[in-house]
Amino acid sequence: MAWAIYISFAGALISALLPKAKPEVARWWALAVAVAGLAIGIAGFAAGMGQGRQVFVDVLWVPSMGIHFLLAADGISRVLVLLTGIAAVAGVLFSWNIELRTNQFFAFYLALIGGVYGVFLSGDLFLLFVFYEIAIVPKYFLISIWGSTRREYGAMKLALYSFVGSAMVLIGLLAAYTTAGSHSTALVDLAHAGLPVSFQMWCFPLVFVGFAILAGMWPFHTWAPTGHVAAPTAASMLLAGVVMKLGAYGCLRVGIGLFPHGLDPWGFSLIGIGSWRDVFAWLAVIGIVYGALVALAQTDFKFVIGYSSVSHMGFVLLGLMTLNQIGLDGAVLQMFSHGVIAGLLFAIVGRIVYDRTHTRQFAELGPMHLSRRLPFAAWAFVFAGVASMGLPGFSGFVAELQVLVGAWQANPWWAAVSGIGIIVGVAYIWRALQKAFFTDALPSPHELGSEQAHKFASITWPEIAGVALLGISTLVVGLYPRILLDSIEPAVKALLAGGAQ
Amino acid sequence: MNYSDLFRATLPETALEIAALLVLVVDLGFLRKAALQIRTTVAAVIGVGGCIAAVSAVYAAGWAGFSAGSDLLLAAGGSAGVAQVAILVLTALTLLLLVDSAFTRNAGEYVSVVLMAAAGGLIISAAQDLLVIFVGLELLSLGLYILTAFNKQSGKSAEAAIKYYLFGGMSAAFLLFGFSYLYGLSGSTSLPKVVLGTYMASANGGAPLLYIALVMIAAGLGFKIAAFPFHLWAPDTYEGAPAPAAAFIASVSKVASFALLISISHAILWWPAMLHLKGGGVTFTVFPAGTPQPPVTVGFVTIWPMILMDLSVLSMVFGNLAALAQSSVRRLLAYSAIAHAGYILLGLAFFSWTNASAQAILYYSVTYGLTTIGAFGVVGVVERATGSDKLDSFLGLHKRNPLLAAVLLVLFLSLAGIPPFVGFWAKFNLFATVLNGGWYGFFKGPLSSLPAEALTLVAVAIAFSAVSLYYYLQVLKRAYVMPAGDESPIRVHPVTLAVLLLIGAAVLVLGCFPALLQNWIASFYPAM
Repeated sequence: MAWAIYISFAGALISALLPKAKPEVARWWALAVAVAGLAIGIAGFAAGMGQGRQVFVDVLWVPSMGIHFLLAADGISRVLVLLTGIAAVAGVLFSWNIELRTNQFFAFYLALIGGVYGVFLSGDLFLLFVFYEIAIVPKYFLISIWGSTRREYGAMKLALYSFVGSAMVLIGLLAAYTTAGSHSTALVDLAHAGLPVSFQMWCFPLVFVGFAILAGMWPFHTWAPTGHVAAPTAASMLLAGVVMKLGAYGCLRVGIGLFPHGLDPWGFSLIGIGSWRDVFAWLAVIGIVYGALVALAQTDFKFVIGYSSVSHMGFVLLGLMTLNQIGLDGAVLQMFSHGVIAGLLFAIVGRIVYDRTHTRQFAELGPMHLSRRLPFAAWAFVFAGVASMGLPGFSGFVAELQVLVGAWQANPWWAAVSGIGIIVGVAYIWRALQKAFFTDALPSPHELGSEQAHKFASITWPEIAGVALLGISTLVVGLYPRILLDSIEPAVKALLAGGAQ
Repeated sequence: MNYSDLFRATLPETALEIAALLVLVVDLGFLRKAALQIRTTVAAVIGVGGCIAAVSAVYAAGWAGFSAGSDLLLAAGGSAGVAQVAILVLTALTLLLLVDSAFTRNAGEYVSVVLMAAAGGLIISAAQDLLVIFVGLELLSLGLYILTAFNKQSGKSAEAAIKYYLFGGMSAAFLLFGFSYLYGLSGSTSLPKVVLGTYMASANGGAPLLYIALVMIAAGLGFKIAAFPFHLWAPDTYEGAPAPAAAFIASVSKVASFALLISISHAILWWPAMLHLKGGGVTFTVFPAGTPQPPVTVGFVTIWPMILMDLSVLSMVFGNLAALAQSSVRRLLAYSAIAHAGYILLGLAFFSWTNASAQAILYYSVTYGLTTIGAFGVVGVVERATGSDKLDSFLGLHKRNPLLAAVLLVLFLSLAGIPPFVGFWAKFNLFATVLNGGWYGFFKGPLSSLPAEALTLVAVAIAFSAVSLYYYLQVLKRAYVMPAGDESPIRVHPVTLAVLLLIGAAVLVLGCFPALLQNWIASFYPAM
């Protein structure tokens, strides 16, 4: 599976060197690289079925400091690599119409993908951090060059938020490394170093917040809606689909894996909050409800999806804080589920609708009668929306249900309040659906005439293929969740039992 | 004192001086009528040849050093060796940038001044004696003042040189004044003896004088490395000096000055080993409980790190914040240089008993120097094409010259400390040694709690390097994102392009394989 990383970076380099005048070549090249990554992801997932942690590469990178170039995967990593592959292929398909500096676009795109694969496969904290930072810069350029609404602002905000988060992680990394005696940065070695509880108590929140900024934890989520809205379609698909998962994965693997005692009770409690676990769980719950309520009030279609991401990522963080088997299973499954569904929603809003109507305001979309003129978009959105609401049969249902069950076991109040988020979640999707696609007003004859004159471009094959890929993924996992859970469960069990093992 | 030893130990400096004279003879004697381009090229080639000869001389000289009596005057090998080779390589790179530039008609004189200044750099990186340090510093500084003023058509160049010269003269006076107090306190100019002497003197009530001396010295050396608040010359000099000269000032002079600071820190910790005390031994005295604590002697070891720490924090904070507001890329690089000096000072303030600190500091200053030379190279090219170094003259660089833009991307991301470029690794390495080191690191047991002071300062440094990303991105944003007004291609001289690509590739490769440079640096140190 290590090849997924190498192929992506090599693909990025070659894409940068491809001729500028032939966007077609760059597109097919990027698709080929992304499909190769997905194929490796699927093969690796299938091969790793029923196995524990596999180590692919382990060489001493910097001998004097004990830093390893260590690529490894357990069940959680394999699921997320699979997700990255799916999101990468779909992203290329939905950026088929990029004409401006196409080769550079795909160069940054593939570099980002390579960094994401790298984070999920790193078995060494230093290496993980390196890949995590490599992913920041391409995001900045993808958004600021090819983005739309307030792109330079959104891109800079995103880059600085990510960099501040990673600075916090770096402090934690250095502190953990030196406290453990400066012998090795491998995750396993650090987890077994016996870091003092008092150290974990302050290092855990530092690292957790550092990663959670990228996971969109309230109140550090504000980069997410602006970044998503400013980004070009493929980039917002990747942002919501996999980049936010980098943060959540870091919280899980590094935060909880290395500093499990950071979650212990403080020994005193303040208004019912007695540990970092309570603090972050409540922040996650607030994020769920807040994101959903704000999504309900948006007039811009893409902002609805942007805030819904904050809400859904809240479930991931809540699942992590349950610290029980079912809650963590749900959190990892929710990472996959949200990655696929959010990707689909962003693709419909940003590519299929926006590139034809050139507006994302509900007030302007309503009179266009999109359900009649773009039936494919309308029904794809119905499908994705239903999946996002968490109806049975789709992946979101299984994932969120598990998180809620886990949360109930940990603290019933968490589950009860998050329930509000789910109900509001139905409402904002419903509202978006109605305002954007299924308005009541009948078209006037005049409008019919102008519609005839300005027909929308027909739906292209990459769009259909992309929707099909993402749609089938959520459906398969929704109908037969064991396909992923069989892989996730043992890995979570191992993680709960013994740190980063 | 043996003159053949002296000749052997100063072989690299001698090689540079011979090359400097050779350049003058060739340029003024044989090439008077030749075209400027040919004269420049020949001068640069001879200069580079001199640097190569000097590098081989460094290796040939062995690791013996040079002593007068029992006092070591010039060290060899170790940090001095690394710094000397680095200085020569960086000098050669800045000389190659000269081939393309046309700021002067006197290329031969320029090259010979560069080589003489570099010789000064070699001396201070090896110097172990206050007088030798001062002589080397003056040799280096005088060269730099001349280089700054070398663009005779530009008023800015002259203004920058005058500012630099006035500040430089004043700080040299401070330094010398501080040295005179140290001599008065200790009765010696040899570093280890000075350290020993200051312990004895401060035990006898001389501590206040020592404080004054150290503050004076910090002012003098803080000027060389452009640490806040002794940085005032830097933005003007970086802006006014011709690009190759600015690159030289920003890289070679920095590496040499940090090597000097390493020598001082090393002497503070290792003076007993360096004094070659014959016989004797260490006596441990166990005081019974209840005995009043014996008087603690204040020496270098308590006050010097504190001064460095203050300079470091001020430089990091001020440099990074001031850089945010710049509209000239050269001034931006100057303020960022102040910030980088702050990071390195942190490494010096928490100097460790092992070689790790010295190696990390050299790693940082050498790679920083390399990156800055590249940055000034790009700025110089853009400046010649657009006539200004304002941020907006970088607009649309990716269309006007994709290779140049790619090099700029690599160099600036490296300065911001983003992996996989070498700047990230340099920072990580440095901060890790800060947390591990410290003057008291000797007494640290395994898995003990982290020194809170070091951790706080590292946190500040990392936080401010997050700030720095903003202003580096401002430049890259113009090169890659914002639309260009003028899209005519920028031509780059092949030699300059080759140098820039080489530097860019080095920054990437050294970042991906950090052990390469680390092992090379470690090879200069005797195995511990």
